[in-house]
Amino acid sequence: MDFLIFKAPILMVQASLDGILLGILFALIAYGMALQWGVMNIINIAQGDLVILGGYIAYTMYLAGIHPAWGVIVSPIIMFFVGWALYKLVINKVVDRDLFISILATFGIAIIFQQLMNFIFGADVVVAQSEYGTTMLFDNSVTLPNSKIFSAVVSILYAIALVIYMKKSRLGRAIRATAQNARAAKILGVDTEKVYAATFGINAALCGIAGALIAITLTLHPYVGLPYTVRSFMIVIVAGLGNLPAVAISGMGLGLFEEFADYILGTEFRIGAVFMLLVFILVYRRFKLSKKREYLK
Amino acid sequence: MDKVKQKDLILYSGLIILGLAAPFLFPGFKVQLTILCVLIVLAMTWNLQGGEMGYNTFGNILFYGLGMYLTASVQVGMFFPLAEWTESGGEKTFVHTTSQYFQGMGVGLLVAALVPTIIAGAIGYAILGLRGHYFAICTLGLGIAAGEIAGGIEIIGAGQGFTTPPFPKDIVDPGARGDFFYFLSFVLLIGTFVFIKWIYGSRFKLILNAIRDNEDKAEAMGIQTMKYKIVGWMVSAFFAGLAGGIMGGLIGYIDSTDVAFDGREMGVFMVLMAILGGKGTLWGPVIGAALFHFLKEGFWTLILGWQYVALGVLIVVIVIYFPEGLMGWLREKYPERFGEVIDEKDRKAQVELK
Repeated sequence: MDFLIFKAPILMVQASLDGILLGILFALIAYGMALQWGVMNIINIAQGDLVILGGYIAYTMYLAGIHPAWGVIVSPIIMFFVGWALYKLVINKVVDRDLFISILATFGIAIIFQQLMNFIFGADVVVAQSEYGTTMLFDNSVTLPNSKIFSAVVSILYAIALVIYMKKSRLGRAIRATAQNARAAKILGVDTEKVYAATFGINAALCGIAGALIAITLTLHPYVGLPYTVRSFMIVIVAGLGNLPAVAISGMGLGLFEEFADYILGTEFRIGAVFMLLVFILVYRRFKLSKKREYLK
Repeated sequence: MDKVKQKDLILYSGLIILGLAAPFLFPGFKVQLTILCVLIVLAMTWNLQGGEMGYNTFGNILFYGLGMYLTASVQVGMFFPLAEWTESGGEKTFVHTTSQYFQGMGVGLLVAALVPTIIAGAIGYAILGLRGHYFAICTLGLGIAAGEIAGGIEIIGAGQGFTTPPFPKDIVDPGARGDFFYFLSFVLLIGTFVFIKWIYGSRFKLILNAIRDNEDKAEAMGIQTMKYKIVGWMVSAFFAGLAGGIMGGLIGYIDSTDVAFDGREMGVFMVLMAILGGKGTLWGPVIGAALFHFLKEGFWTLILGWQYVALGVLIVVIVIYFPEGLMGWLREKYPERFGEVIDEKDRKAQVELK
């Protein structure tokens, strides 16, 4: 093997750390997707575009002179209402229908979002500078931007807060009840329509947090939403719905895969590798299940 | 029965005459008409999966893009070194003679038809074992991965794109290029239509419908569903590859993500056209493609800059409010025209119930 990464083992440490920190961020987005998928049974292709929109909110704050880290508080609040409005406008009409309809409809929403963001924020790659500096490890051979550590910590805190909220609060319990059996929940007096709207809002808020963190740690561009959708979809199908530790672990696994693919194949194949991994995971699971004469449901 | 056949004969010969005369009647719209033919082919082949078989694929763009790259690569590679061609940006260093151009095109299209068909057959067993939305997302990933990977391969131009051979300069008639591509795509359209119409009258179509309605039951009835699914996909790949090859020559420039594996435009267009016209019908995709192309070309220039917003709104509206499409709507309104016999008593009873 003639790759740089195998010649210089220190790069492995670099890639692993980057991958794990990135993976935690992916897990946050994936948790939002698992939530709406589990509760409402829709697949949201616009997930990644909600993330990017959340990122642009933080970027706008950065342009206005506010430190973009505050975006992790402001962005979810705005995004919650964006999600709520989106639910009332479009999503409520696709909830009980064929999954392909939700895929296509949210694909349409994704296209609208991309173009609107392109109008408002321009087609340039932007980044919100957090100026947190970098931490040097192992005699300065591994560089670790502090913003990445910040993003991982914030993601974990929000995830814990969400889990507690889902367990303890009234709305959280209503959401879980609806996910288990929407009809029974309705009979028992849960306003499922409101639950759905809140679920989609919470999902959008999670996307907002992740977006704000991406604005600080990575870069933003109006058309890079779809890879985030696919990553979260992949994490969800590997981890299953509503299993947070599994979501976190497979998120980190995906982050590791991406960083290593980046080093070994080259950056130009990074996104291609993510999409190919999706195909491989699905095909692998299909063959595994077909031995039992079953298929992915 | 004879009367119906006569009607069909008049309809088809009328359409063929219209198709043959179209480039002379509307010489300014030759390129648009060519694209329309290709769009109809793509919508009809998508309909074989999405409409008849119930496998909503986003992956047919894979075959279209492959066909595009293969035709151009073969056309260049047969006579000149491919790497130097792409490096120099095409025509600057090498020039095809007239016979080289057409020979290359012919062989290129042949390859563009066969290779995607073989690939569809090869990956079909793995991919078509997925069902429902997993299949949809998997094929979406496949199409985008193909675009991203093609964008990283140097020999076919990587990110800068690939200039296809220009139409030979020896042919001085300025309309010849347009005519050539129009008639090429028109022949492809007729071939596709005849083939799919033949499928519509065959047992094969019934099996595809059985798979759509209930795959497990179809299997229990002793149908080897996987075999038919793969053959169906191979048929689509064959025609989509040819369509891609023609489009590549027409556009004259291939970009990995914006022209060839253009999931954001062509990949969605073919789904949308079939749904707009009515999936699961012979004429639906044809009408849907024509309507869509007309709407798109008519309004695209009026709303410059807002096209994608309009496209997104169109997708959402069509999918939510007209999932059955034009043909589905007509069918509900005039069921007799579609050969559905409705008992008069039954209808009256229904009305009374309402």
